[in-house]
Amino acid sequence: MAIAMVEPPPSLILPARQPILSPLSWRILISVVITVLALVPICTLLVPEQSPFHLSAYALTLVGKIMCYAIGALALDLVWGYCGILSLGHSLFFALGGYMMGMYLMRSIGLDGVYHNHLPDFMVFLDWKALPWYWHGTDHFVYAALLVILVPGLLAWIFGFFAFRSRVKGVYLSIITQALTFAAMLLFYRNETGFGGNNGFTDFKRILGFPIAAIGTRAGLFMITFATLVGGFLSCRYIVTSKLGRVITAVRDTESRLMFLGYNPLGYKLFVWTFSAVLCGIAGALYVPQVGIINPSEMSPGNSIEMAIWVAVGGRGTLIGPILGAFIVNEAKSFLTASLSDYWLFFLGAMFVIVPLWLPKGVVGVFQRLRNKQ
Amino acid sequence: MRNAKLNGSTADTGDVTGLAHVSVSGEVDLSHGIILYLEDVSVSFDGFKALNGLSLSVDSDELRCIIGPNGAGKTTMMDVITGKTKPDTGRIFLGQTIDLQRLDEPGIAGAGIGRKFQKPTVFERHTVWENLDLAMHEDKRWFHTLRSKLTSAALARIRETLALVRLQKEAYRQAGELSHGQKQLLEIGMLLMQEPRLLLLDEPAAGMSDNETAQLVELLNHLRGKCSMMVVEHDMDFVAALSGAEGKVTVLAEGTVIAEGTLDHVKRDQRVIDSYLGR
Amino acid sequence: MPRSCCSILLALLVVIGESTRVLALTADELKPLAEDDFDAKSQALDHIIAAADATALRLLEAMEQENVVATSDDRVLIQKGDVLTDPIAGAPVALQASDVQPITLNNLLRARVASGLSGLKLQAPDHSVREKAINDLFLAPDPAAKPLIEAARRRETDPALKARLDQLWALTALQDPDASKRLQAVELIGQRKDPQMRSLLFPLVTKRTDGTYAETDEKVRAAATNALELMAFEQWKIEMIGTLFAGLSLGSILLLAALGLAITYGLIGVINMAHGEFLMIGAYATYVVQEFFRSHWPGTFDWYPLAAVPTSFLAAALAGFILERSVLRFLYGRPLETLLSTFGISLVLIQTVRMLFGAQNVEVSNPSWMSGGVGLMPNLILPFNRITIMVFALTVVGIAALVLNKTRLGLYIRATTQNRKMAACSGIPTWQVDSYAFAFGAGIAGLGGCALSQIGNVGPDLGQNYIIDSFMVVVLGGVGQLAGTIIGAMALGVISKVIEPFWGAVLAKIAVLVLIVLFIQKRPRGLFALKGRSVEV
Repeated sequence: MAIAMVEPPPSLILPARQPILSPLSWRILISVVITVLALVPICTLLVPEQSPFHLSAYALTLVGKIMCYAIGALALDLVWGYCGILSLGHSLFFALGGYMMGMYLMRSIGLDGVYHNHLPDFMVFLDWKALPWYWHGTDHFVYAALLVILVPGLLAWIFGFFAFRSRVKGVYLSIITQALTFAAMLLFYRNETGFGGNNGFTDFKRILGFPIAAIGTRAGLFMITFATLVGGFLSCRYIVTSKLGRVITAVRDTESRLMFLGYNPLGYKLFVWTFSAVLCGIAGALYVPQVGIINPSEMSPGNSIEMAIWVAVGGRGTLIGPILGAFIVNEAKSFLTASLSDYWLFFLGAMFVIVPLWLPKGVVGVFQRLRNKQ
Repeated sequence: MRNAKLNGSTADTGDVTGLAHVSVSGEVDLSHGIILYLEDVSVSFDGFKALNGLSLSVDSDELRCIIGPNGAGKTTMMDVITGKTKPDTGRIFLGQTIDLQRLDEPGIAGAGIGRKFQKPTVFERHTVWENLDLAMHEDKRWFHTLRSKLTSAALARIRETLALVRLQKEAYRQAGELSHGQKQLLEIGMLLMQEPRLLLLDEPAAGMSDNETAQLVELLNHLRGKCSMMVVEHDMDFVAALSGAEGKVTVLAEGTVIAEGTLDHVKRDQRVIDSYLGR
Repeated sequence: MPRSCCSILLALLVVIGESTRVLALTADELKPLAEDDFDAKSQALDHIIAAADATALRLLEAMEQENVVATSDDRVLIQKGDVLTDPIAGAPVALQASDVQPITLNNLLRARVASGLSGLKLQAPDHSVREKAINDLFLAPDPAAKPLIEAARRRETDPALKARLDQLWALTALQDPDASKRLQAVELIGQRKDPQMRSLLFPLVTKRTDGTYAETDEKVRAAATNALELMAFEQWKIEMIGTLFAGLSLGSILLLAALGLAITYGLIGVINMAHGEFLMIGAYATYVVQEFFRSHWPGTFDWYPLAAVPTSFLAAALAGFILERSVLRFLYGRPLETLLSTFGISLVLIQTVRMLFGAQNVEVSNPSWMSGGVGLMPNLILPFNRITIMVFALTVVGIAALVLNKTRLGLYIRATTQNRKMAACSGIPTWQVDSYAFAFGAGIAGLGGCALSQIGNVGPDLGQNYIIDSFMVVVLGGVGQLAGTIIGAMALGVISKVIEPFWGAVLAKIAVLVLIVLFIQKRPRGLFALKGRSVEV
């Protein structure tokens, strides 16, 4: 036959595994890491305060806080950008991680609280005589750190198991995650829940024995957060460049085809969903010692949605985009709330409209388009 | 998961079923030469009977063509076999031992049934080779794919399939950029990567050029004998080309089988003429 | 009033004169009333009530009006204007008003006077007087009135009043030394099934500190336990009806909120996070109309809802129309982005309202015909404003069903919902249908806001409180299904209210959420899902 004569294989050449980063990206990443790890201690501890190169505790905390947001955005991008699950519950995982770390920090206050009692102040205030059972052991850092991972992870796994098993997806799933977050927020607002009610946790004194407000501790927390951000980015890259990454993007695009090829999407979704929740919880745990407070308003559904806008502004499904997005939006926020606080919500609202309409691929998409033109 | 459970009981020893033969886990039991049974299957949607006591069996390595007017229940039959729709009554078996109603869609696919949709369905944002790689017959659980590497054997299979569906030049292109006919071929290529025992093809020639249709016939003939196939089609020329003079053709109407036999035979059947061909 | 009183009195005198044993009061028996010992006074009152004759009636009447006086030598007299009369003789005495002092009564004695008086009135010929007397005695049963009640029981002919008298007697007979009478009393109280009377029976079945029962007779205790159970059941019934009502009331609000959402989601596949803000717009429109009426036409203030209903519909519909035309139209087919955009819009709307009307809640008052309520059972009052809203919600659903099923727009909406491409090919201007349907859904939410303003606070955050619940209704009821939305809303409302008393509002919300998550395990597409191939894609 005529067709049979068409000539054969321009041979297909493929690596055994897609590289995590291109060589150029590796070089950029490593130089950034070295610069930050070298400069931050110098600029905070060695450079005198008058010098323009001095990094103040305020600046450290601001950037550190935004890096935590960036880790959360990264986690959200993994499930939304790659797996098509728009979670409006990530503020819950973030806050849960924060609360778990907060428990440790509250216990470390020791007798230095207002009431000079072994119980956290709010419990004394509520006239509680003993710690609730779930507070036991939280004075050990390692156990608290374990909780930071387990609690958001377990909640995400259980919720995800039921939601994904019944094939809830798309907008339905988003709404249900939002409802979950809302319900949890109401729960944490109650004094009886044992997490400080309205006021949450605050007035921390020390972490692992270091005074929490000292500039050295701040710099340390900053660098740990930075390392976590880089580590989180690399592990997300590892996931999306694996075959599993290709499967989850297939889940996002055409789930039914995938099922008829013999894949059960449940395990895949649960894996990325739980991983993302844990990453988000870790971000929350790093956030709390830096900002010095955690309360139920961190869980408000609005926060989850704001997280989604960081991802959208930066560029969905790019991993680097959400990190940029978190920085862009939050810098704008701290600028605008300081000068024109009434209009910040207008600005935020406008961003929600403008980005999907005109910047569907976010800032990273703009860069890509510019590069393609050249 | 359920698949694993089902196979778990027979995994090591095999299991005596029926009188004298042993079924081996993961293997389709073809001892009676029949790969698919449908027995008295009925499905209704809000009172409308899409399938009405449908009984049908397909021999192993057979290429069976199914024809019938619109609304005869052809697609619903495929939905029922692949687990997308649960039948109200009836039994569906793959080989002698695998009860398909106890499996979900991935389980049924894992048991060896591949399905081509009416509308070509490929992963449009993946490249052609990634589409084939995703379909490859291997462990499809998440922890495996997280660490899996492309072996040279797998690469060879992808190359081979690319050649078979004539998409070598498109290997690095995104599937979404392919033409309609190329997507149809790619989807069939994916099904081949899946190494199914039974291939269900829902109007594979729809929207194809004559040239592409000829290519498809050639491809399906090439597969004949390697796996069983069930082809739902409207195009009588295509059916004639596939079934030849000997092949069995089944005619569906109103959710039930009204005639079965060679193409010539069914064409002469009065009921077939009344309900389908005559109009 | 005094005249009618007199005539009743006269009639009573006749009746009492012939019915009760004549145990004429003596001046000595009355003497303690003039003294300072309240126990003695109480005893004197016992005598008066027991006498139950014309003198007693005259005295009690006078005591109630504080017209009883005493001379310095403890003679008890009745004062009318400047005339003093001897209660026993009924004749005026020659004493000046300046010679006497009013006798003093305490609250306990006043209550006994009132119940004694009611006891005497039990035999009045006028049905309504008797009924009122019985009701009064139920509120403050006095053992001293027992003989009066017994007498009335024997004579009463009206079966309804007789039954009530029986129960009244039972109340007074609970302390009777005769166990069989107590037993009868307990049974009669049990029949009344008034949960408020439980407190009367509790002492009978509770142990005293020394481990013995106050009530010695075992049969009486058993009967009391039985009666208490009956009453508990009755109480439970009242609570259930109350809960059901509260649930349906919440459900009708959710229905108004979710109905528009179900229509727009079914049609365009858009989950509109700004939907709650349409509720808010409707509520604020009602507020504006109310303020307008208050300042311009205060006389017709009661009828401002008539103007507020169409205004709130139009205001929200207009907002919806603009939103659809300016933003959502460009995002069709991208549901998650739409979700985000509409959220942004809701932020903008909230902030706008906050800047226009302030962050505080504004006050929307009920017109007078909506305040108050209908008392269905003792302890159960159904407020008119909630009843009005339930009727209103049903009316709106009815109208929506008419619009969807009987009008051309409805036909277009249904056609486009089922198959957009086919509808477009049949010449339906689908893009206009989208706008109008969206405006219609928003308008219904506006109506919901108008209704909400009558029972809750109106503030910028109003919509936020209802948005998640109304999504849950849509999830529960299935998309684009009118019947599903109604049942979903009512079910959600009732379930929330049923759980609330046990766990409180917060845990109830969480429980409802968990229930929904479990529910969609079974019915992923809601209660009233379409089946078949068409819904799969």
